[in-house]
Amino acid sequence: MILTLFYILSAITLATAFLTIFSKNPIHSAIYLVLCFFSIAGHYLMFNAQFLAIVHVIVYSGAIMILMLFTIMLMNLNKEDEKNKTLLSRIAAAGAFGLVALVLIATFIKSHAVIARYDVSGKDYQSIKVLGQVLLNDYMVPFEFASILLLVSMIGAVLLSKKEHING
Amino acid sequence: MDTAIIIEKGIFIVVIFAITMLFAMYETLAERKIAAWFQDRIGPDRAGKGGILQPLADGLKLFSKEEFFPNTPNRFLFIAGPAISMSTALITSAVIPWGDTLHIFGRDVVLQATDIDIAMLYIFGVLSVGVYGIMIGGWASNNKFSLMGAMRASSQMISYEVAMGLAIIALVMMTGSLSLRDIAAGQHGMSWNVFYQPVGFLIFLVCSFAETNRTPFDLAECEAELIGGYHTEYSSMKMGFYLFAEYASMFISSTILAVLYFGAYNFPGMDWVTENWGANATTWIGVLVLFGKICFFIFFYMWVRWTIPRFRYDQLMKLGWKMLIPLAIANIVITALAILWSDGKLF
Repeated sequence: MILTLFYILSAITLATAFLTIFSKNPIHSAIYLVLCFFSIAGHYLMFNAQFLAIVHVIVYSGAIMILMLFTIMLMNLNKEDEKNKTLLSRIAAAGAFGLVALVLIATFIKSHAVIARYDVSGKDYQSIKVLGQVLLNDYMVPFEFASILLLVSMIGAVLLSKKEHING
Repeated sequence: MDTAIIIEKGIFIVVIFAITMLFAMYETLAERKIAAWFQDRIGPDRAGKGGILQPLADGLKLFSKEEFFPNTPNRFLFIAGPAISMSTALITSAVIPWGDTLHIFGRDVVLQATDIDIAMLYIFGVLSVGVYGIMIGGWASNNKFSLMGAMRASSQMISYEVAMGLAIIALVMMTGSLSLRDIAAGQHGMSWNVFYQPVGFLIFLVCSFAETNRTPFDLAECEAELIGGYHTEYSSMKMGFYLFAEYASMFISSTILAVLYFGAYNFPGMDWVTENWGANATTWIGVLVLFGKICFFIFFYMWVRWTIPRFRYDQLMKLGWKMLIPLAIANIVITALAILWSDGKLF
């Protein structure tokens, strides 16, 4: 049952991911990406990571992709406008992303998640209560750094878009 | 045992679906009747006694209208738009506690489809996905007025989601749980959240109006500027789906308002009822009380619609970003200080 679900979800994830890349229309591409994000949220749910799944939906499907769709719809991109990238930049992009994926996989394999003590106590470490305690006790400093990083990038984005206004 | 639970939940979900549909249907009639009342008219009274069959007549009319397709290369997305709107309006009801536990046939039946840890976030997830229905429908119409209407509606929904989330954070800090069942149970008797979070309630109420695209925030349908908004090109039952989705989401957001801030199924004197008439009586009365509160909020939506004119677009954005969000953040800080103070950790 679970295995069948996994295969169905994985098929959807892969199919929509490929369609995202291969569809000519940028809006169709974005919509396939949204579907891809949904199926990834489904994968999270199969790990019983409810919080991660729902936050993934809220942040990626609900916020980022909507803003992306906004931009694409308002700019009215057509496939004629799309410039062909050179072969070298394509290879460079593929290589860079492959390396990032390699590092990520290596991190996940080699890292020791702090779940041992929850395995012993039998507590549900996926629950939002435990997650919040871990984030704000054990990982307080990285958590705050991440929030500062987000804040800085937000201010930077606002500044960049306001630049012309200040000069002119 | 497993099948019993599946059957129980299945029946419950179908009943809730039917009730939502019934409410959405009769909201259309109630809207017209209340508008008539406010404007000193009679309103629809031809179909059935006092117009009671009017929603059926409207539905029949929509079904029999011509199925028109605009000249669009995206027929699939054109159909997907109203479908997404309708589904997102309906699936929120999965996490809402409609009542307390009921003891029938020797079983404890919980009057809630599912009680998840993250119910509050689930509602937000569904809300943010609901924007797609409008955006995709508006874009696939291949009409610049539809596109502008869709842009207006969705940017308004995104903007007000922020303030709504911040208003909820203060509530969650107080109750200490994201589960709607816990939030409902915490408001036993008369200790409703609205008495502890009046500012949060006000922000949430204003944002609910914006999220459901109702007056005074129905700029998406500003006829003078945008013809019919994002559903200009829609006809027949696809149009009906958009309208129906609006009424269904109005019912659901009234429910959420009642559950979060107005004590859900709790009512004053429920301990007395439990003692004298038993727990089942309390549950049944609680369900009726919840539906009473929902009806009040639906009436409130209509009351506001026929009283207040619509905002200008810059006023709407100013209200959302420059007033509601700072107010919500101040509310969070004050709530945090109050919690610390009541725990004795402050001073």
